[in-house]
Amino acid sequence: MTVEVNGRSLDGPTRPGQCLRTYLRERGLLGVRKGCDAGDCGACTVHVDGVPVHSCVFPAFRAVGRRVTTIEGLARDGHPHPVQRRFLDAQGFQCGFCTPGFVMTAAGLDTAAGLAGTPPEELRRLFKGNLCRCTGYRAIEDALRGVRHVEHPQAGTAVGRSPGAPAGPGIVTGTARYTLDLDVPGLLHMKLLRSPHAHARVLAIDTHEALRVPGVRLVLTHKDAPPRLYSSALHESVDDDPADTRLLDDVVRHVGQRVAAVVADTVSAAEEGCRRLAVTYEVLPAVTDPEAATAPGAPVVHDKDPVTSRIARPRDNVVAELHAGVGDVDAGLRSADAVYENTFHTRRVQHASLETHGAIGWLDADPATGAERLVIRSSTQAPFLTRRALCALFDLPPDRVRVVTALLGGGFGGKQEMLVEDVVALAVLRSRAPVSLEFTRAEQFTAATTRHPFTVTVTAGARHDGTLTALKLHVVADTGAYGNHGPGVLLHGCGESVALYRCPNKRTDARSVYTHTVPSGAFRGYGLGQVTFAVESALDELARRLRLDPLTLRERNLIRPGDDLVAPGDTEHDLHLGGYGLDQCLRVVRAAGSSPAEPAPPGWLVGDGAAVAMIATIPPRGHLADAALTLLPDGTFALAVGTAEFGNGTTTVHRQIAATALGTTVDRVTVHQSDTALVGHDTGAFGSTGTVVAGAAVLRAARALVDTLLDAAATFHALDRARCRLTDGAVVCAGDRVPLEGLHAAALAAGTSLTATGHSRGTPRSVSFNAHWFRVAVNPDTGEIRILRSVHAADAGTVVNPLQCRGQVEGGVAQALGATRSEEIRLDPTGAVTTTALRGYRIPTFADTPRTEVHFAVTTDDLGPFGAKSMSESPFVPVAPAFANAVRDATGVRFTTLPLTPDRVWSGLRDQGR
Amino acid sequence: MDLNTVTEVRDARQRGEWRPGDAWLAGGTYLFSEPQPHLRRLVDLARMDWPPVAILADGSWEIAATCTIAELSAFAATTGPATSGLVERCCRAFLASVKIWNTATVGGNLCLALPAGPMISLTAALGAVCRLIATDGTRRALPVTDLITGPARTALTEGELLRSVTIPARALSARTAFRRASQHQHGRSSALLVGTLDGRRFSLTVTASTPRPVVLEFAAPPTAEALSTAIDGAVGGNWLDDVHGIPAWRRHLTLRLADEVLAELGAAP
Ligand SMILES: Cc1cc2nc3c(=O)[nH]c(=O)nc-3n(C[C@H](O)[C@H](O)[C@H](O)COP(=O)(O)OP(=O)(O)OC[C@H]3O[C@@H](n4cnc5c(N)ncnc54)[C@H](O)[C@@H]3O)c2cc1C
Ligand code: FES
Ligand code: FES
Repeated sequence: MTVEVNGRSLDGPTRPGQCLRTYLRERGLLGVRKGCDAGDCGACTVHVDGVPVHSCVFPAFRAVGRRVTTIEGLARDGHPHPVQRRFLDAQGFQCGFCTPGFVMTAAGLDTAAGLAGTPPEELRRLFKGNLCRCTGYRAIEDALRGVRHVEHPQAGTAVGRSPGAPAGPGIVTGTARYTLDLDVPGLLHMKLLRSPHAHARVLAIDTHEALRVPGVRLVLTHKDAPPRLYSSALHESVDDDPADTRLLDDVVRHVGQRVAAVVADTVSAAEEGCRRLAVTYEVLPAVTDPEAATAPGAPVVHDKDPVTSRIARPRDNVVAELHAGVGDVDAGLRSADAVYENTFHTRRVQHASLETHGAIGWLDADPATGAERLVIRSSTQAPFLTRRALCALFDLPPDRVRVVTALLGGGFGGKQEMLVEDVVALAVLRSRAPVSLEFTRAEQFTAATTRHPFTVTVTAGARHDGTLTALKLHVVADTGAYGNHGPGVLLHGCGESVALYRCPNKRTDARSVYTHTVPSGAFRGYGLGQVTFAVESALDELARRLRLDPLTLRERNLIRPGDDLVAPGDTEHDLHLGGYGLDQCLRVVRAAGSSPAEPAPPGWLVGDGAAVAMIATIPPRGHLADAALTLLPDGTFALAVGTAEFGNGTTTVHRQIAATALGTTVDRVTVHQSDTALVGHDTGAFGSTGTVVAGAAVLRAARALVDTLLDAAATFHALDRARCRLTDGAVVCAGDRVPLEGLHAAALAAGTSLTATGHSRGTPRSVSFNAHWFRVAVNPDTGEIRILRSVHAADAGTVVNPLQCRGQVEGGVAQALGATRSEEIRLDPTGAVTTTALRGYRIPTFADTPRTEVHFAVTTDDLGPFGAKSMSESPFVPVAPAFANAVRDATGVRFTTLPLTPDRVWSGLRDQGR
Repeated sequence: MDLNTVTEVRDARQRGEWRPGDAWLAGGTYLFSEPQPHLRRLVDLARMDWPPVAILADGSWEIAATCTIAELSAFAATTGPATSGLVERCCRAFLASVKIWNTATVGGNLCLALPAGPMISLTAALGAVCRLIATDGTRRALPVTDLITGPARTALTEGELLRSVTIPARALSARTAFRRASQHQHGRSSALLVGTLDGRRFSLTVTASTPRPVVLEFAAPPTAEALSTAIDGAVGGNWLDDVHGIPAWRRHLTLRLADEVLAELGAAP
């Protein structure tokens, strides 16, 4: 009764209903990942008797007596499999969560020649069962085809080159460790009972039967939860979000909200415990539509005090609003030669990071003080803010809580949120045992967060020559049942989208509204994607009304160096044009239109479209980062940063920055990260701040360490400080050379360590620019849209790592194409999410994703480290409007609602008689 | 995913009583892909050792319920171009990847009865007949078109086993045409049509855009208008409405693809 795995016989019975994925993971084969647990994503791919299968839908008992190979067993005699090597050389990954699945699939298909000669169509078909949310597949295709990209820059030259990600070898061999890839003895498992009602009062929860289930240890209900209200959103300033959430509440406000938690020895017992809980609800009236929610007499979602809750108008279901203007829009509209007005809709979409939310918590003793400490290892983009939130929630001092983030399997904003840590912490404090909680893929859809759906009415006026005279927005955002990120997303969405244009008269009336639906939250672009879709669509249309080239209208009005950045209601004054590459971006986009693209099939309609976008390089109101650099005994460096790595590549960038400043090679810098025990503070890996904020702290630490090392060399070796220089591995001074190992030893003997710290406050802030251009072909008879060419131009300032930065752009474009063409979370009339699996919620596959040509403007930023700007969220933003503008150009029909699925496009064309 | 309420697996070769909470387990690619809290026991078909495809004396194909998609695809590749092409296109019509083909079965696809079940399209179009065995041992034969009664609904009685599905020899020699529409490349089928021409006899099978297969038969190829009218008449406005497309679009595509099928089979007037 044994299973042979990677040449070893594994004992231990399989459970009757068990899938092979959990059987392998329970035995330490943690490279076998869960992306969906439903056969869709391929992250769990293993070979059974040499045949690749999705282990999550493979009954475990059928592996008995057979040979199983996992990613851990692919290498032969210590040599990586050729496919593993190719993924490393091409860096065919970002977060790497999907990589074992791609590698195992490719290895299962592999021939001596590899897949280099496989026709593109065939490759796309063969990999339709493997999803990647980060890369946009270009990097993966290059890996499959054996293209090499990774460089090995010389000492002191790493910035601007493309060394590989330090996690790479672990990612391709399956040894990289993500949140739940940890073996904790005695671990208990939590499952959450979720509300079947959109709005109800919990009158009673009978836990009797649940507690009688063998293995159930603990049931938590609202009676166990602290009364304190908070927000699941994580921001440097707690005041940015309303305090409207209770750990477990006696009122539920959306279908899927957690009602109770069951903690048990096994997942199975916890599930059974949930089924045995008897909850008595008083069902209350609910409102699921944002327009209806603000109508008089609508059910109130949060009947709370506006001052203490920070909800703008609780009784009107308005969590935040903005009514502001500059100039006089009415006069501006009167003086226009053409006015265009339309209303644009974007729907709920999900981050669909391949790793779901999860956390493991336990108690340990602080090594310094011996005091008991709560440790939470979680899938958070903001470990320090999570610690602060937990301390506030449970009245614990900061030194009694440690939050650690391992590698993250993608984030995209979804993990700038405390969705699991609070309830795991409560369970650990209660049970005093280690507890783990892992979201299912269905829970990601029904009970995590989504992008805010927006309805945006744009009114824009311009003169014959294209000069804008007025720009007016009316915005309604649906924040769902909780206001996490509601104010921030609303304000940010209405910020850079209009500040991008010089226009004397601007007016914005915007509100974010509660409904009894799954909460919205932070999502790549943070509101800008939604509002920019509307503004860029409207300006395109306005140009057409004026018989102007849409790019000409943009050029006439886009901000230029020296201009102020003006958005109605924006009260922050630290945003500057630290560098300006927008003109170059426009040139790229213009050139794209006059160069050849793939021909369209006969009978299809062809059109071009473009859009531009701007984003602040750093979120407002402070984004802090600490870094510490230490010389180690062997002459290499340890870099500690607070920010987390979720595939954005900041670890590589931080190594490059430190190595460049220290005049060494990247392999001599080891990065330790995302652990509250490491550095003082870090706001978190969101707002695209990994390079510009944490990177700035790293640069300061590195420069400070250079000084420290030179001082030390001068002191300990009696050298002339003024003539000392740091080179790779040594301090040199005229003819003297002090190797860093020696310097470390001398410092040690003197009782000091050679360490320096750097800090960054995230202000003043600059802006990045992006422009996208598509040529599309539309089949008027089916609504099918084919992308004939896709071109993206980005002003990222100094591009610290071209390979990675290109990857960020490609991944952002791909994710945006998902929101543009296929992704939509659907709700039934009660507000319950019905798209609960990746099978019905289509994220872009390899076959869906075109290659995008990526161009970088040649600029440097005055503010960012080495002149760099952020480039992570922003490539997402111009994609949807560029696509819709191209479809408009091809068909004559202006589509105002995303996503543009073929059935909607077809009916749109039919309705317009085309 | 783990099906934690399942506490037992019974080998289907051993006789045993059918109990509430039992389910036949074929490849498990559906069963393990969604929570099944109502299940207690899986009755495992993996060890039946039924030959995947048997060619009967008259040339018919008897496809075992346990034949995997990969096995069917490999088998068809060894047969004539008339059959290999259609079978392969139906296999490729799965949203599921080639890796899922390695374990997913023809029988599982039929019994799951999804509108976008490509093995349903294949076997319904070729007039295949199912062999069924009830829990009391009663055997019956049922055309595929009668097995599938609606989306995820079949005529199977509780515990009834699909043993095999037989494609008659005559259908295997007919000329066929295949058309499929999806919202995405390699996506789930939104409409899947198969036409056959056997001498002058023309048949059209519509799946994926309708809740269950719609088979239209004509003694001779109809005109395009007559075919459209016949489709509308048979579907009766009951076009499928789900995330894979709105009904009006599916009707439009179905009619359009039906024209193409007719034209390809050289039967257009
Ligand atoms: C990523 C992915 C994509 C998919 N795409 C598609 C698709 O495009 N179209 C589609 O139709 N399906 C699709 N499926 C669903 C499923 O994989 C297929 O329908 C497959 O053919 C089912 O076969 P199976 O052997 O795995 O069935 P199982 O999961 O073992 O069984 C399916 C059902 O049929 C019953 N059953 C199985 N065999 C018998 C039998 N001999 N007699 C009686 N009852 C039986 C089972 O009890 C169960 O209810 C997809 C699944 C995944 C994971
Ligand atoms: S986890 Fe198995 S396919 Fe996604
Ligand atoms: S790298 Fe593919 S999912 Fe992150």
